[in-house]
This record gives sequence, structure tokens and C-alpha cells, in this order.
Amino acid sequence: MSERKRRLGLRVGLFALVAMLAVVAAGCGGDDESSASTEIEGLGSTLDEIKENAKGEGEVSIVQWPGYATLVEEFEAASGCQLNTKVANTGDEMIQLIQSGEYDGVSASGHTSVRLMAAGDVAPVNTELLPNYADITDDIKLKSYNSKDGEPYGAPHGRGPNLLAFRTDEVSPAPDSWSAIWDENTPYKGKISIYDDSIFIADAALYLKATQPDLGIENPYELNQEQFDASVALLKKLAPNVGEWWTDYAKQIQSFANKDSVVGTTWPLQVQLLGADKQPVEGIKPSEGTTGWSDTWMIASNAQSPNCMYLWMDHMMAPKTQATVAEGFGEAPANLKACDLTKNPDHCTEYHADDPSWWEDVYYWDTPTEDCGGEGGTCVTQEDWRNAWTEIRG
Amino acid sequence: MSSDPALLAAAGPGGPGRRLSTFFYHRPRAALGTLLAAPLGWLLIGYLGSLFVLLLTAFWDTNSFTAEIVHEFTLDNFRRIAEEPVYREVAWRTIRMAALVTVADAVLAFPIAYYMARVATPRTRNILVVAVLVPLWASYLVKAYAWRTILSGNGVINWALEPLGLQFDGYSTVGLWLVFTYLWLPFMILPVYAGLERIPQSLHEASADLGGRSFRTFFRVTLPLVFPAVVAGSIFTFSLTLGDYIAPDLISSEQFIGTVIYDQYGVNLPVAAAYTFVPIAVMTVYLIVARRLKAFEAL
Repeated sequence: MSERKRRLGLRVGLFALVAMLAVVAAGCGGDDESSASTEIEGLGSTLDEIKENAKGEGEVSIVQWPGYATLVEEFEAASGCQLNTKVANTGDEMIQLIQSGEYDGVSASGHTSVRLMAAGDVAPVNTELLPNYADITDDIKLKSYNSKDGEPYGAPHGRGPNLLAFRTDEVSPAPDSWSAIWDENTPYKGKISIYDDSIFIADAALYLKATQPDLGIENPYELNQEQFDASVALLKKLAPNVGEWWTDYAKQIQSFANKDSVVGTTWPLQVQLLGADKQPVEGIKPSEGTTGWSDTWMIASNAQSPNCMYLWMDHMMAPKTQATVAEGFGEAPANLKACDLTKNPDHCTEYHADDPSWWEDVYYWDTPTEDCGGEGGTCVTQEDWRNAWTEIRG
Repeated sequence: MSSDPALLAAAGPGGPGRRLSTFFYHRPRAALGTLLAAPLGWLLIGYLGSLFVLLLTAFWDTNSFTAEIVHEFTLDNFRRIAEEPVYREVAWRTIRMAALVTVADAVLAFPIAYYMARVATPRTRNILVVAVLVPLWASYLVKAYAWRTILSGNGVINWALEPLGLQFDGYSTVGLWLVFTYLWLPFMILPVYAGLERIPQSLHEASADLGGRSFRTFFRVTLPLVFPAVVAGSIFTFSLTLGDYIAPDLISSEQFIGTVIYDQYGVNLPVAAAYTFVPIAVMTVYLIVARRLKAFEAL
């Protein structure tokens, strides 16, 4: 082999090595910018500009809870933005997806939004560019889960309770307490269906708040070590009785339809769908109160299609969209103008859309942080919640 | 390396394509390098590179609040996996399941493969080969969901058991064992069948000539010769069970290595990456043993 060829070979090898290192480095590189400005690169400064720019973007990608994106065809026709949706089944999945940088926005609940806002993954919004924002009920505006430093983040979607669901033909008498699942001697051992996510620890805490007042639990997301340990211990007793852990709502629907599960925690969506399928399944808010959610459409701070995302956020707050999604999912709309448009004229009354007192014992999903004020002292963080969950599942 | 001046002259200066071909004609190593650059690049960067990055993640930390990865070297993830009993328990449960599935598949596959290789007519054999292969082409998800329906309390198994007054809890570890055994069975049948086919007929005849009855021939001749093929098949059944996370999620309420990694992936990527070292280590040991047992020659 001649000297020239050897050098060529060396150069090719070197080039390959450099290319590989570049790829690895690109994979490792992280962004450290976190700004709290409503300005996003490429976002129009007026509504007309946004509408004009959106046509150029042509598409928008969102992460959402199942069943959330509604009246998509109308949105696409009006905005010229094609909607790509990705369903997430847990808050952690949402964070992981949005942090991939592939999505323009997300329908975040409180146990994801706080982290996303703190990390700068989502941006605050300029509500002047979201005409429907003015009609959102004050009860869910500028809350800890959808604002930071007084700045609103995103468009409120609606709120609802996590329900105790049961088959009326298998579970009698009809329960009115969470003891239906927490009681160690439950007759429904092996037929209990539980949401498979660490946020469910709050449901245990909520039950202990009612049954063991000595623990002094006030807010199920703000637990000191003793309260947390008690909640985890309760869950470990529940675990052997659980027939199925679900994150995929379709899987839970199948189990309830086949009587493999007869009682459990659920979203109103499953109760709606099972009801539509003529299954004797009921969902209630038990006497102890419940956990729930108040969700917000948020825009990613590095959104590729910020104009389309603004139009999408506004679309989801529009009265007609709100009416459709609230009835479809079984929740209370964020925009009360929707109440005149629901097919069932009493929907808003039945789902307590304008009745703040009904929501007092519904604890919206929130992010457990160290700093919780109160008398309990330092609180257990979300990281500990997540670590404990693997252990609870066993 | 030689170049014929007459040949070069005949080719003439030509177009760029011709010049390129002349260039490579004189430099066989460059030709080889160019040919292999794409597949080798894919293997090194796309495959091994991404695997390397994943395993590297195991040594990083996460921000406890935002769950974002912090690029600081730490061994905490490994410490956690070693110290928290749940991770050990899940690992053992998975290894146990993989072993039981492998045994069940070997027991089921052997008679089928034996019949295909030594008893069946060529026509029946072809039909059987197709019957074994066709389920492999069906989507894994369809098969897993189908089993979810079969094992349900309202499913066909319980329907058949009902008249006998029996009930089978399908969504359980036993149910999952059935599903895995079904899913990976073809991966065992095919190597065993190939192994049996490779045994020359003359060996059986020789054994018979020496007075070996069928029973003895089977245990002294057939089984030792086909054993490496069984081990080869077991590599598939064992490793596929070890890593699966969809069937456990659909069928069982218990955690397995795959489901823990899947869950941790969204929650704490470094822990998920650290836990992947467990199946990698298990499979490394398994492959070393399989190599000793000459399984690779039977593949």
C-alpha cells in the first residue's frame, strides 16, 4: 500500500470519527435558555399577522390527553393548519414528549404544567392575541397550575373530577365512599382498576385526610414525610387487591365491559363511553371528595408553528369547541358561553361549571414540591412520589 | 496490483463515470471503503452510537424538580437499583418467567419439530412449516390483544371451564406465561426442526444396527445431537421474554424488567438506562453459556 493511500484511509477514518463525535455531541447537547417572555420566534404581533403567518406554517403538532382535540376539521379549514396529535396517558409521558422538542403545545394538567413552566419548556401567553380568553371563568384563571409570577400560561381547557366508577350490576349497595377500593377486606379483590401513575398517591392521601384526621393532611399534594409514608403504606395494602393498573383508557373500558374490573378510579371519559355502549357503569364523586384536574393548553417555548398553536389555543376556548369537548369527555367547560350550546341543555348544571362550591373538595392535580409552607414543615417532592410508585407496584 | 497500459489507452479519457471507475480500479481499498461506508456508518453511528449514548445516560443525574437530565457523573442510579429491593425482585421475577417460558417452549416445540423433520411426508411438512411461520408474520400487537380477550373473565377459556365449575384468573402471572409461550413458540420450533433435519439418517441406522432400540437411540443419539439447536432456540425465547413490556402490561398486574424500564423512561431516564444493564448482563452470561454448548453452530 502506498503512502498516499494510507493517508487517504487515515483521513477517511478520521472523518468518520469526527462525524460520529458530532452526532454524539448533538445528542448530548442541552439548551439552557429559559425565558419568561411571551415572544416566540416567528409569532405574529397582531391577530391578523398570526392568521397570515399560520397559513405559511401549515401544520401544528400537539401532545394531548385522549379525547381532547375537538372539531379538528373546522379548525383546519379555518386556520389552514393541519393538526398532528400525540396522545399521552400520564403526566410524565407528557413531559417527556414535550421535552423532546417535537411539539408546539400540550394540554397540561397541574402535575406537569408546574414543572414545564419552571423548566421554561412552555411560554407565557399574550392573552390579547387569544380573543376567547376573556370569556373563561375566573375560577380557573391565573392559578398556580396555569400561571407563574402573575403571567398567564396558556388557555384553560376545562376541569373535571376523577371518579369512583363501578358496575351497578356487580357492586351493591352502590358505594358513596372511596372505602369501596381502600378497604382491605373489599369483596372486589382482584376486580379493582387503578390509575397507574404516581399522582395517584394523592388519592390515598385524600382518603387518609378523611379517615385519619390525626395525620393532619390538608392538601393531598403537600405531604410531610409521615403523611407520605402513611399514604404509601395504604397503597401497598391496596396493591394485592388490584386487578388491573391502567393508563390506557381503552384498556380500562374493555375490562369494565368484560366485568374483569367492577370498581375503580376513572376519568369521566370512560364512564361516558361505557354509558354510550349501554354498559351499567356509574361514576360518582364520593363523600370524601376527590382528585381532579383543571387543564391548560400551553405553547412550547421553542414551538415551530407558534402562530398555528395560538390559533389552536383560541379554537379550544371557543364556545362551540368547549361545548363539544365538555360533553364528549364529561367535564365542565372553562368557557361558560359553551353552556348555551351543549346538546344537553343542563350539562353545565350537571357538571357544576358555574358552581365554585362544588369544586371545593376536588383537588386538582398539582406538583408536589419541597416548599409547601404550612405547619407540616418540609414536604416530600414529586421525585420521591415517582420513586415510591415503582415500589408500590412491587 | 497491476494496470495494463493498453487497457487504459483503450478506455480513453472518457466521461466522469469512466474516470471514477478507473480511479477505483486502481485503488481496490478505496472501492471497498466506499462500498462499506454506508452500512458500517449505520452500524457504528446509528446502532452502536445510539446504544452507547443510552448507556452513557445511566451515569447522569436528573434535576429532582423538572426531571431534566443533568450532565453530572454519578453512580447513584446503579446504587438505587442495587439497594432498593423492588428492582431485584422485578429482575428475578422476569428471569424466572423467561426461564419458564423457555422450558415450556422447548417441551412443546420438540415433538412438533420432530414430527416435521422425521415423520411427516414432504407435503405435510410444508404445510406445517407454513403453519408455524404464518403467526410470525401477524402483528405482535394483534396477538397480544387477542390473548387479552381470550384470557378475560368473559373469554373463551373461562367459557369452556364454566360447565366444570372452574374459573381461571387469566390476567395473572400464569396467564402471561401462556401468552409468552404462545408468542415465542415458532422461534423455538424452527431451530430445533433445522437441527433435527441435519442429523444424518445413517446415524439412526447405525444405532439400530448396534442394537439400540428407538428409546435408546433417541436419548443417546438424537437428543445429544439436537441439544445445541434447542439452546439456540432458547436464546430467542429467553431474550424476547426478558425485554418484553407490552404483554406484561396487557395481561399481568405485576411489574417486569421491560415495564419498569418503560415507566422509568418517562420519569427518570438515567434510572431506566441503568436498569437496562441488568438484561444486558443476563444475556451476556446466557450467550457465553450458549456458546459453550455450541448453540451458535446450530443457528
